[in-house]
Amino acid sequence: MSISIDRVSKKFGSFTALERVSLDVPDGELLALLGPSGSGKTTLLRIIAGLEVADSGTVISDGEDITNESARHRKVGFVFQHYALFRHMTVAQNIAYGLKVRKAPKKQIRERVDEMLQLIRLETLQNRYPAQLSGGQRQRVALARALAAQPSVLLLDEPFGALDAKVRQELRQWIRRLHDEIHVTSIFVTHDQEEAFEVADRVVVMNHARIEQIGTPQEVYSHPATAFVYQFLGNVTTLRGTVRDEWFQLGGTSVYLPVHDAVRNGAAIACVRHHDVKVHSTPSEVAPIAARITHVNAAGSVVRVELERADDKSRISAELCKENGIPPLHPGAPAFIELRNVRVFADDEAHVPAAPVQIASRSEGVLNASTEARSRHRD
Amino acid sequence: MSAEGTLARRSQNDATWVRVTLTTAAVLVIGVLVLIPLVNVFAQALSEGVGVYWDNLFNDHDTLAAIKLTMVVAPTALMLNLVFGVAAAWAIAKFNFPGRTLLTALIDLPFSVSPVVAGLIFVLIFGLQGYLGPFLRRDGYSAMPYLLSLLAVAVYVLMYLGLRPINPVERSGWWNHPWLATIAGGALVFLVTFAPQIYFEMWPKDASLKIIFATPGLILATAFVTFPFVARELIPVMEAIGVEEELAAVSLGANGWQVFWQITVPNIKWGLIYGIILCNARAMGEFGAVFVVSGHIAGLTDTMPLRIEKLFQEYNLPGSFAVASLLTLVALLTLLARVGVDRAEAARVKSAAEGTNELRS
Repeated sequence: MSISIDRVSKKFGSFTALERVSLDVPDGELLALLGPSGSGKTTLLRIIAGLEVADSGTVISDGEDITNESARHRKVGFVFQHYALFRHMTVAQNIAYGLKVRKAPKKQIRERVDEMLQLIRLETLQNRYPAQLSGGQRQRVALARALAAQPSVLLLDEPFGALDAKVRQELRQWIRRLHDEIHVTSIFVTHDQEEAFEVADRVVVMNHARIEQIGTPQEVYSHPATAFVYQFLGNVTTLRGTVRDEWFQLGGTSVYLPVHDAVRNGAAIACVRHHDVKVHSTPSEVAPIAARITHVNAAGSVVRVELERADDKSRISAELCKENGIPPLHPGAPAFIELRNVRVFADDEAHVPAAPVQIASRSEGVLNASTEARSRHRD
Repeated sequence: MSAEGTLARRSQNDATWVRVTLTTAAVLVIGVLVLIPLVNVFAQALSEGVGVYWDNLFNDHDTLAAIKLTMVVAPTALMLNLVFGVAAAWAIAKFNFPGRTLLTALIDLPFSVSPVVAGLIFVLIFGLQGYLGPFLRRDGYSAMPYLLSLLAVAVYVLMYLGLRPINPVERSGWWNHPWLATIAGGALVFLVTFAPQIYFEMWPKDASLKIIFATPGLILATAFVTFPFVARELIPVMEAIGVEEELAAVSLGANGWQVFWQITVPNIKWGLIYGIILCNARAMGEFGAVFVVSGHIAGLTDTMPLRIEKLFQEYNLPGSFAVASLLTLVALLTLLARVGVDRAEAARVKSAAEGTNELRS
């Protein structure tokens, strides 16, 4: 079942959880809602499920307006963050509940429950109570319960949030495989970008009640639409400066921007991933930024270097590949920084626009300070 | 080792004689204040033999009537409090609404108001000199069919509004005409409930409806005094459980009725049983409020505690203690039931924990 959300807004008191959010989910897609806590992702999920009522806007499912439909008629499977298993019912009874309340024949219920138990590989534990299961098992039971009544949409709220790292990894891959098998339209909420990228077909990045970017994991990683997305995906150093024509002025130095569009002259934020920062021992045209090394950590597959810029003492982190030649690095030694694949975004943090801004029209630009120039993809 | 730890250990070490003294004191106090009176109740009751004891209880017309009356008043008050208590606990634990704190405080009011004052309140409202008393005396029974029918209409309108689909698409036929449905449907409900009451003469004619100095007053006073027990037991339980399981049931297609009986009630079962046990014990033993509204008509409005007091005032000690022994038995049974419930719950928790351990090993 396809889902279309059109300009949905929701407020809790004075807190805006969603502001005119629009989103299309085609049939059979596995979509991740990614964002920090308080970004409105769970509220959006609950509105799709009918557990929360939108203040304005519409939710359309297969062309039918279901905005005011109650949760019990939506045929939605919802997996709660803390599973919300019925504690007085066994695993089998939990899974059967959705069919039982819909008055399915006993034989059919039994068959479906057996089928689901097989799917989640918990046949032997079907008479256990939820309190007698481990976290990962509970999660699987919650999933089976949601899937038993054959919902047209599966919604998962932080499905791996309460699990330890190893179980989480296993369940992720399992859910991905499960989705490839049963192809039910699924939306899950997460604040872990790795999780979203690994599991989802498409990722929706949310922040402050708005959608920042929608795209495949590849698109979102390669072409973050906003400075926020860039930062949220992690391992990024942000630098505040000003754009003047083709130059990005950064403290006392300027970095050449061969390609950048849409960023007007003025305050801007430059984002650069740690592995795109190179450290040189001598100043040159490509490495103009003077800095001092403050910390070196060579444990692991890469060398992590912390640097402090000479002009305004702001910090820059670098991740250097061990295979490439690395100049000798000592804390306290002077160094010169080369930035590759830098992207600049207009610095609008100081004056947040009052009217909702269409994401696509946000000013942004790609800057390439090193040799390779990259053309900008825009979706 | 930290200074605090040393101190704690030393205070425990040095406390041998203190511990012995305290334990002895506690045992003595319990013995003198609780155990001896308890044994004495039964000793006094049986002091003139089992035969007299039996006669005192079941061959005394007034005592028998008092036992029967208590058997009517306590369960009725209990039922009322069960409904009110679950509703109030539900509202307080699951919803955030203006006046929530006030409602929470009001639930505790019967605990802080003296039962005698509670009784007086009811006398002031329903008594012969009260606000509603004279009217109810005169026209109580003739107003009853109207009141009952109006109540039915109110329930019908609330149900109509509550069950009306939110989605305009689902509102077909009857659901689409709220005014017609409210007025015409309300009239219909009124007639349907009113006619049989008149036709079958459900309410006595030429009689005056008494609240005070009659059973309804006893029930009201008892219900008022015991109101907090069920609600107070349920609120923490419901708050701890939260709404997620109920939401899960709704998303699986359950309606409100199914959610309540299949999810909510099983989850609050132990709290509910606990509340019922305590509420019942208190309802049966209630004296103060009941004393004010009863009127002490032997064989008519005397409950067991009132009967005990009356027999005692008449110097009929064996009779008085015989009835007292019954109430004491109820108290002992309550105690046993409480222990039983506690054990059952502990066992449930333990078995669940063991299951988890077994799984992890």
